[in-house]
Amino acid sequence: MVSETENLSKTLCIKTCDHVITRSSPKPGYFFRETLGRYYTTLCGSVIILLTVVMVAFVAVKGLTAFIGSHPISPLQFLFSTHWQPDASASEGGPKFGALTFIIGSLSVSGLAVLFSAPLAIAAAVLIAIIAPKSGENFIRPVLELFTGIPSVVYGWVGLSLLVPFIRNCFGGLGFSLLAGSLVLALMILPTITTLATDALQALPISYTEGSYALGATRWQTIYRILFPAARSRILIGITLGITRAFGEALAVQMVIGNSVRIPGSFLSPISTLTSIITMDMGNTVTGSDWNNSMWSMALLLLLITFGFIVIIKILGSQRTEKRGSNA
Amino acid sequence: MLKFSRIAWIIALFFTVSTGTVAIAAGNSITAMGSTALQPLVEQAANKFMETKPDARILVQGGGSGTGLTQVAQGGADIGNSDIFAEEKTDINAKQLIDHKVCVVGFTAVVNPKVTVSNVTQKQLVDIFSGKITNWKEIGGPDMKVVIINRPKSSGTRATFKKYALNGVEEAAGISLTEDSSGTVRKTIAETPGAIGYLALSYADASVRALNFNGVTPTIANITNGKYPIWSYEHMYTKGEPTGLAKEFLNYMMGPEVQGKLVSALGYIPVSEMKVSR
Amino acid sequence: MPETSEQIEAQMAKQKGQGVQIQKNATDSASVTKDAARCGFCKSGNQRAAFFTDRLATFFFCSAGIFLVGLLFIFAGYIIYAGRDSLTFHFLTSPPRFMQKGGGIGPQLFNSIYLLIISSAFSVPIGVGAGIYMAEYARPNSITKAIRLSLETLSALPSIVVGLFGLLIFINVLGWGFSIMAGAMALMILNLPVITRVAEESIRNVPLTLKEGSLALGATHWQTIWKLILPAALPGILSGVILVTGRIFGEAAALLFTAGMSSPHLNFGDWNPLHYASPLNPFRPAETLAVYTWKVNSEGLAPDARQIADGAAAVLIITVFLFNILARYIGRTLQKRGYSH
Repeated sequence: MVSETENLSKTLCIKTCDHVITRSSPKPGYFFRETLGRYYTTLCGSVIILLTVVMVAFVAVKGLTAFIGSHPISPLQFLFSTHWQPDASASEGGPKFGALTFIIGSLSVSGLAVLFSAPLAIAAAVLIAIIAPKSGENFIRPVLELFTGIPSVVYGWVGLSLLVPFIRNCFGGLGFSLLAGSLVLALMILPTITTLATDALQALPISYTEGSYALGATRWQTIYRILFPAARSRILIGITLGITRAFGEALAVQMVIGNSVRIPGSFLSPISTLTSIITMDMGNTVTGSDWNNSMWSMALLLLLITFGFIVIIKILGSQRTEKRGSNA
Repeated sequence: MLKFSRIAWIIALFFTVSTGTVAIAAGNSITAMGSTALQPLVEQAANKFMETKPDARILVQGGGSGTGLTQVAQGGADIGNSDIFAEEKTDINAKQLIDHKVCVVGFTAVVNPKVTVSNVTQKQLVDIFSGKITNWKEIGGPDMKVVIINRPKSSGTRATFKKYALNGVEEAAGISLTEDSSGTVRKTIAETPGAIGYLALSYADASVRALNFNGVTPTIANITNGKYPIWSYEHMYTKGEPTGLAKEFLNYMMGPEVQGKLVSALGYIPVSEMKVSR
Repeated sequence: MPETSEQIEAQMAKQKGQGVQIQKNATDSASVTKDAARCGFCKSGNQRAAFFTDRLATFFFCSAGIFLVGLLFIFAGYIIYAGRDSLTFHFLTSPPRFMQKGGGIGPQLFNSIYLLIISSAFSVPIGVGAGIYMAEYARPNSITKAIRLSLETLSALPSIVVGLFGLLIFINVLGWGFSIMAGAMALMILNLPVITRVAEESIRNVPLTLKEGSLALGATHWQTIWKLILPAALPGILSGVILVTGRIFGEAAALLFTAGMSSPHLNFGDWNPLHYASPLNPFRPAETLAVYTWKVNSEGLAPDARQIADGAAAVLIITVFLFNILARYIGRTLQKRGYSH
């Protein structure tokens, strides 16, 4: 509410100022004192819109060529078939472009990563926000922020040199596996989810906690019954952002999952993802060939699924404001 | 406000300069682009070439065989490096491209050192890669599961191996691991019991065991005399007959400096030594 | 939590009954009442259980937090430990060697820094401009909404998609070839949303009185922004920008198909950006440290590939940490010097 009034007064102020100035401003140099700056910033804003539109348009056009070209791939086959034989000759039944294996691979590796990291992240967020706010704010949080910046190739490299041999020795199999991929991703998105969940818990009004304590609830009861439900949608936004990041990650995953084109049967089976197949095949295929075009279709699919995540975040966000509105 | 317009000028200037750079870059330099397998050789050769001709500039870029062929066909690069014949890639107008075979690469099937097998026949290799043989004891090895380490389907190495070692037989889907590069393949095979894969001869070191193929040891001598069949050319394609700097550089590539020293130093086989051709 | 306060809480809980339950749904409280009815003086038993659960939960949260921090420390410690031998001046400055031991990461390190500077030269003016627009000029209309949506979209994009877009536009359409410029553009797209958001937030945090005073004195809105608001918001913007560039330093997926995976021979005596061998030439291919880390582990032609990868990873992580510390330091010092108020 406060910020709204502030905004209102801001806009009011700007409007009146504009008004005054425009009336008294045929002075020379007004262009340099106001108009140029305003145009420049507006231009910057437009550049962002333009960039997004151009990018989405280009990837969409390129991604759709595979479905409309000279020998089109059926979109249904692309989405729901697991037959990935882009190099099969006509005698072997012609090339087949079913990307379902990669879609499932991407979804399972990022979903599993979130399953691993979300509980830990939320627990750590409770520690930072509620149980030990002082050391949380001064120590744990800066450390977490430090870790959001670590390059994904470093995560991949550690996964390859530590995690893969570890899994091979402990659980058998090859080491390159769904499990390795999702653990690497889980570690990678941990700081992101923790930071966002902490923000969510800290944003709650202190009166919630005080009220609950006053009613005699223990801390756990307060957290579990009051704070979690109240911060639910923001925590979920954090988790969705985490899954978005995991889903789009390419190199760290490609290094540890083994890149076997099949649907994962167990945690230990090697898999392929949309991003890993793009990294491997994009450069080696001829631009304009069906094979290469199908890579672009996968890029488009990545884009669309990311949009899906954004929509989820939007819905969660609007739920939050609605709730707040009804509370007030 | 002055500051602001100054920034605008700087940005404008920067754009002008950069456009100028592109214009000049197009003048007296050439770009060779494509195969990452061939890239080290071309890079080294280009560095040596530029030492002798300081005003010449050869930009060597990777990107993969497909990118190389596409770029040279579209005029984006002067030379396209490729692991395979342009004719083998569909959607490329191979007729307008001229092939320069710069060297030969031999490949060998390699296994984890714990696999005691030392020779495979073509039939056995096909059975392994098509999933019919799943345990090494079936061909006289230890009781160990076969683990196949493959290259991506778009890789030139895989195409060569499939064509000459597997007789064109497609491997069964989903039974193998796929690694993008020779280094990872070697590392994985060395670490994984029962693993089999294939590598360029120069990559096959002591950490893995190279297999004889139909009783023939994969050596340079056996490749040049035609006994050992798993090898391929490395190509540098130009669009039409090469001219100017591109011609000079390709001549240099075929000359004694490169063919005599560099090629064998990097583990390739000079084309001139080949007694057979394809 | 001290014993006494727990006792007080216990007292309060006894008085109020399971007051908290009122806030929850009916079934929950019904089951509690049922429980209470079953055993005679169940209340205290219930409370004991509640405290036990509370303790258990606290223990769980603490151990989760410690586990997390410990995990991250082991992670960072392992990387730096593994790469400790490589952290020499020679390794940081000499070029990689081909099929020989003892190569360094000099050109890659330079490329990373140069690429970062060029991409910031584009993304900072545009990002800060857009941030100013969003904080100061934007009216609640559809354009503002579109910008917001674009920013959210851009920041959620997988970096490999951005890289592919770069390949499409800068390499295939504009014909720049794999080059620093193409890489810088791709990085700019990744940078822009974050810089815009940081700039907008920092500007919004500037006290309103500053602005009102300036406007009252007859300055135009833009003059106010340029002379007062922007300097006041500078610490925030600057530390945000440094943080972002630190993140960009480690980006690899977006650069594979834009800046390329090769590093031509550089002549570090020639600083004319128009010369080919010059390190400053923006239209040469440039493999960055992060890309090299990825590549060296796969195309391990040098016998000490493992060591190089370890060293490169350590350098990457240390650089990111340095960026982080620098951002914090700058944010704090500028604030202390009183630039902000």
